Amino acid sequence: MEINLNEQLSQYSLLIVYASMALLAVSFLLSTLHMAQTASAKTESESEQAEGDVLVRTKTESKLMSTASLWVMGVATVLLGIAVTMRGIAAQRVPWANMYEFAISSTLVILMIYLMSLYLKEVHFIAPLVSGFSLISLGAATSLFYVEVSTIMPALQSYWLVIHVIVAVLATSFFYIGAALHITYLVRKASWSQGDSNAFQRIFSHFPSADTLDRFAYRFIIVGFVLWSFTLIAGAIWAERAWNRYWGWDTKEVWTFIIWVLYAGYLHAKATRGWTGTRAAYLGLVGFAAVLFNFTIVNLFFEGLHVYSGL
Amino acid sequence: MTSYRPSDYELTREERELEQAPKRTKFGFQGWLRWMWRQLTSMRTALILLLLLAVASVPGSVYPQRSADPNGVRLQFEENPELAEVLDTLQLFDVYTSVWFSAIYILLFISLIGCVVPRTQVHWRAMMSKPVKTPPNLKRMSAYETQRGGKQELEQAARILKKQGYRVDLREDSVSAEKGYLKETGNLLFHYALIAVLIAVGVGGGNSYIGQRVLVEGDMFVNNLASYDSFSPGTFYDENNLYPFSMRLDDFQVTYDLQNPANVGAPIDFKASVTVFDENGESQGEVKVNQPLELPGTGVYLMGNGFAPIITVRDGDGRVAFSGPVVFLPQDGNLTSLGVIKAPDANPSQIGLISFFYPTAEQLPSGAYTSIYPDAFDPLLTMNAYVGDLGLDDGVPRNVYALDVTDLTEVAGRDADNPGLELRPGESAEIPGGYGSVSFDGLTRYAAFDIAHNPGGFWILLSSMIALAGLIASLLIPRRRVWVKAVADEKIEIAALARGDDPRLEDVVSDLGKRLEGGKVGN
Ligand code: HEM
Repeated sequence: MEINLNEQLSQYSLLIVYASMALLAVSFLLSTLHMAQTASAKTESESEQAEGDVLVRTKTESKLMSTASLWVMGVATVLLGIAVTMRGIAAQRVPWANMYEFAISSTLVILMIYLMSLYLKEVHFIAPLVSGFSLISLGAATSLFYVEVSTIMPALQSYWLVIHVIVAVLATSFFYIGAALHITYLVRKASWSQGDSNAFQRIFSHFPSADTLDRFAYRFIIVGFVLWSFTLIAGAIWAERAWNRYWGWDTKEVWTFIIWVLYAGYLHAKATRGWTGTRAAYLGLVGFAAVLFNFTIVNLFFEGLHVYSGL
Repeated sequence: MTSYRPSDYELTREERELEQAPKRTKFGFQGWLRWMWRQLTSMRTALILLLLLAVASVPGSVYPQRSADPNGVRLQFEENPELAEVLDTLQLFDVYTSVWFSAIYILLFISLIGCVVPRTQVHWRAMMSKPVKTPPNLKRMSAYETQRGGKQELEQAARILKKQGYRVDLREDSVSAEKGYLKETGNLLFHYALIAVLIAVGVGGGNSYIGQRVLVEGDMFVNNLASYDSFSPGTFYDENNLYPFSMRLDDFQVTYDLQNPANVGAPIDFKASVTVFDENGESQGEVKVNQPLELPGTGVYLMGNGFAPIITVRDGDGRVAFSGPVVFLPQDGNLTSLGVIKAPDANPSQIGLISFFYPTAEQLPSGAYTSIYPDAFDPLLTMNAYVGDLGLDDGVPRNVYALDVTDLTEVAGRDADNPGLELRPGESAEIPGGYGSVSFDGLTRYAAFDIAHNPGGFWILLSSMIALAGLIASLLIPRRRVWVKAVADEKIEIAALARGDDPRLEDVVSDLGKRLEGGKVGN
């Protein structure tokens, strides 16, 4: 068995990740500007009712800006897709064997899932949360987690790893969009965001209703939950192959379980009197906090069999 | 229709109107019991127990667990014995078998059974009976339209709905239809399958065993209790059921990366070639890291590997006191390995050797050695030699990988008058003081295997797949009720209600409306 790692190619891949980050920053700026403008558009409509064309112009500009931000995000996603593929070719295997690779691959999937769900207009509104989060996770990946391409240890050479990780990444993306919608829901519902006495409140008056945001969050989370359940099962099958026990309460397994139970709790909350709405939303956010914790703190500081993150 | 959900199941306002209010029970002892039971099987209790379960799982990832990391627990006791004592009393080193963790999940499962069994009965009855009567006030349903129509449209609606898979009840002046019973079936199936998973884990674990055995190339393993280095059976495992087979390790191969500068020495592949002898005769097999050897009811897993230098010790009289491969334990990624040789039959004194093996030796400026590559390109053995009473005769079991040197005299090594011994393959060296000699006769590899029997695995997998299927059905299939009612002025009302979230509810109503003849008259 021979493997030719291609370090040059992985360097180019890193450059393209940087390019993608630059575009994500642009997309973030455009979408926040768009929000600022929706707020001022209303101000103008109030103060200068007569000058209708000003209002129309700002509105079209703002619409354009929103569309442009999404197109820029699309291009950033394509670039990131190229970078991830090149990284995989450079390493001659799936590009998610260490934290750097896992971060770039999962950011790519989050962006792709988000762009695909854009035909739901309720989801337009969280664009800055998506580009912002992607920017942070790529920033952390390139500055904190970067490692050169390397081969993976034999315990990780399994198609169950491929399945397990793909599904985990997909689940994480759905959970992320669910969490972003929940944050928006909570803000939308809070008393300080009601009314139109300041710019912030005016921005939120353009958002879908709190109930709609809540319902959409739920829909993303149920898909995430099914995928996460599958992650759990695929992980157990892989552990059985590699370590002859399907479940050993290894740190990573513990956290996969905790996340699953928390989201099961969320789903229950959605059906429990007195727990729907805000409380369930907080519970969903706790679930996502556990997802982030699992990927960062657990990978970096906890001991266990899964500690091969290449750092 | 009676409420088949726990009493605090969140219903929409419209749903609540359809459900009967729960009957008030008289208090008294029985009333209390019933009240307690209802509390335990309420949605809120289930939710709180789920959250408790999540919280209770956390410490197991913070403290080392005896089951997964016994060494870590030992370290805690060495580093901070008092704290470790306290943690141990709180069962924080055995979280997942602790009293408090077990209490939570047992309560959760009692609650689960108490919740699911009555729901099953009610669901069964619901499936056997007709859809609910059309409620008097349809305007209040989540989706509602009116349009022109009459009796004929009712019949047509019944036909359309039937074709769409609804259970339909056509009455005098209304149609009541319901579909998506599979949602509740899936939900119940999911919860039952969780119980099945728990049972499979418990029963399977009780009937399982796992044993370890280290084999040097050429060694033969015979599957009986005496052949295991360690053996841990589950509570109910019957040792007479060991599958009768033998296995010889013919060859162990490791492939390292030699090509990619950043990655030199990283292992790419481990492969143990074995010959298996069982009731089917002799066969060749292969064990790799993700690829256990599967025998009937028994799996052989590759867990570790290392070098086993072949060493011969001769005593002061020139007689062979020890000869054979010695299993060395790897200490780092480049396989610097530590081994212990004991020769209790040597004369004039027993001999003990503590030895380091360097597959590719490199001398550091300090004079000490290190290994710079995990494969054996330039192998070297260094040894410290001890003489005296090895303490093997007093019947206390000794770790074969450790040598207690407190009562021994070091005759070669850092703390002795003579330097440690250094041997390359084929070389031999005198043990200073006329105690004998050691020779390094060759190099083989060994592999560490787990041999395990895990009858629960299949059932756990089966029940989790059923759980997953049930979950998908439960979450993605919509449960809807649709009503069409003829009202005054040649008009019909169409209304629908969903259990839970249903993105298509309004489309269902307007689609049905469009397919029925008669003009629209607004709503
Ligand atoms: C082992 C513990 C449990 C787990 C992991 C669990 C998990 C889940 C999950 C993931 C769902 C959402 C998917 C679905 O609708 O099928 C759910 C729904 C449900 N569970 Fe559980 N559950 C547990 C225990 C219980 C208990 C003890 C009760 C009884 C109080 C219960 C009652 C329900 C009900 C009524 C629903 C339907 C909720 C709805 O209509 O959306 N579950 N459960």
